[in-house]
Amino acid sequence: MRIVFKTDYMQDIRSWKDTYQLMLYLILLAVVIAAPVLIDDFYLGELTNVLIWALAGMGLMVLTGHTGQASLGHAAFLAFGCYANIILMEQGVPFMVAFPVAGLLTGLVGVIIAIPALRLHGIYLAIATLAMSILTDDIIVLTEPWTGGVSGKYAPPVNVFGFDIDRWGTPKEFYYLVLGVVVIVTLGYINLMRAPLGRSFIAVRDSEVSAQAMGVDIARTKAMSFGLSCAVTGLAGALMGLFAGAFNNETFSVIISIELLMMIVIGGLGSIHGAFLGAIVIGFLPQFLSISKEWVSALFGGADVAIPGMEFGVFGLILILFILFEPMGIYGRWLKIRTFFELFPFYRKDMFKRQKSYLKTERLR
Amino acid sequence: MSLLELKDTTLKFGGVTAVDNLSFSVEEGEVFAIVGPNGAGKSTVFNLISRFYTPIAGSSIVFDGHDLLKSKASEVAAFGVARTFQNIELFDQATVLENLLVGRHRHRGTNFVSELFFTPSVRKQEIQNRHFVEEIIDFLDLQAYREKRIAGLPYGVRKVVEVARALATDPKLLLLDEPASGLSVEETTDMRWWIDDIRRQMGITVLMVEHDMGLVSGVSDRVLAMADGAKLALGTPQEVQSDPAVIEAYLGHVA
Repeated sequence: MRIVFKTDYMQDIRSWKDTYQLMLYLILLAVVIAAPVLIDDFYLGELTNVLIWALAGMGLMVLTGHTGQASLGHAAFLAFGCYANIILMEQGVPFMVAFPVAGLLTGLVGVIIAIPALRLHGIYLAIATLAMSILTDDIIVLTEPWTGGVSGKYAPPVNVFGFDIDRWGTPKEFYYLVLGVVVIVTLGYINLMRAPLGRSFIAVRDSEVSAQAMGVDIARTKAMSFGLSCAVTGLAGALMGLFAGAFNNETFSVIISIELLMMIVIGGLGSIHGAFLGAIVIGFLPQFLSISKEWVSALFGGADVAIPGMEFGVFGLILILFILFEPMGIYGRWLKIRTFFELFPFYRKDMFKRQKSYLKTERLR
Repeated sequence: MSLLELKDTTLKFGGVTAVDNLSFSVEEGEVFAIVGPNGAGKSTVFNLISRFYTPIAGSSIVFDGHDLLKSKASEVAAFGVARTFQNIELFDQATVLENLLVGRHRHRGTNFVSELFFTPSVRKQEIQNRHFVEEIIDFLDLQAYREKRIAGLPYGVRKVVEVARALATDPKLLLLDEPASGLSVEETTDMRWWIDDIRRQMGITVLMVEHDMGLVSGVSDRVLAMADGAKLALGTPQEVQSDPAVIEAYLGHVA
């Protein structure tokens, strides 16, 4: 059992608990930096994909996990970020400028969308944003002169600090580009969550009425959360476009929105870890499924049968199992396992049990 | 000048008059209690002061020179009004410490950009906030629960955490909505001493709604009795308790 003895407020304010925890994260960072040497280009590509998904997951996590606003419209913001980045680059704007500007523009769009969405709660917000996701396809087709419509667009190689980076030609450099963005966004996210703004997000999520009574401006906080969420999602979208190489109106379908939401639920709502853990599941599951399918058909000697929709079936099953048995996601499960060993043998089964709040009233909404 | 002054305040929900032409004022440094049978409009008065509801035209609510009717609900805290809720409204998935730190929100002097980079000024403010919050934790004996999530805490502790969170805003006026409801006799006694200390040591004016007449007569200087949204009696606890109109409202007509 490891006990952290606290003697200074800074121990709670800084982003790591103790030296041991800091070491773990530094080792993790060293491993991901060394990844291009450790694994071959195929798996490096898969890892890059997971990181991009984790970035998009962090985008949605701010809004859904920390501010409590469910969104099924984030594919639209991925698309916006992707197209904004490429269109800017086609106008001759260098990538190093186009990329952050694409994120910023997506964030602005998010704030504009937030204004009507502020009046919607829970499932109604999810429905409204779902509509946005569905509209994206048509909007891309209708704005064909800019977006290339159905025939789509190709992502050119990008130039970062004098290096030409291309997903296929230089996968290692592309991996470092994505890793850099992910690390910067994660650090910013951690900083926000230990500052007043992050706490006001959680306040809005848990009780709007008392957040207001504490002086938190609900409308501004939600708009801020929408803006931040969409900006990060826009960055992820831009990277996704570069990663895919080619994209059209069907790339960012409503399925992507649903997968994103599933991802953060499986990973664990309300934690930055959850975005990464969920991305690992969503990113590696298709590979895992196709490998195990080959293995099964080899075992029974049958032909390689394609089962239509199997991937989504398995995704759905996993989601249902998580919601039934582990609503706190993979990260929640990990916390339980860790607490079990830290407190051994004093762990109680109901330690993490969610209690019903006493007589919570919604009448003031 | 009074700290809080309600004048001719009326609130209607459709055909129901929840608060009927109510006027009263709370002086600085006193403990002022509102009593009355269920549905008398006591909590509604709190929700009017917190600006969750807007009264009809001609009403006036002035706090410390600020016209509250011109402010939004989220701006009331900035003037120095803090409150608790009858049915505990804490941030359930956060720890006690985080809940209290949200109470410091009205003193936020940093902006989004400095928080994103966690600049030294943000760090300094966080340490100051923590320092303030720790004093309240000591005051209300919450040390054992500091790192616990609200969702796992017993009811009595949640009641105290709510008072602590309101105090963390460093208010001039504290609105307590039934601070003793659901508490044991022992916890109610604790609450009584705390309310006394909040007024004496911290110099905070207290306005509370309470059913427990023992608590009300123990701590309050003046009591307002309400029935059907209107004022019945106003005076010291003894005066109000012996007022015939109040007895009638609680017990009905004498046959």
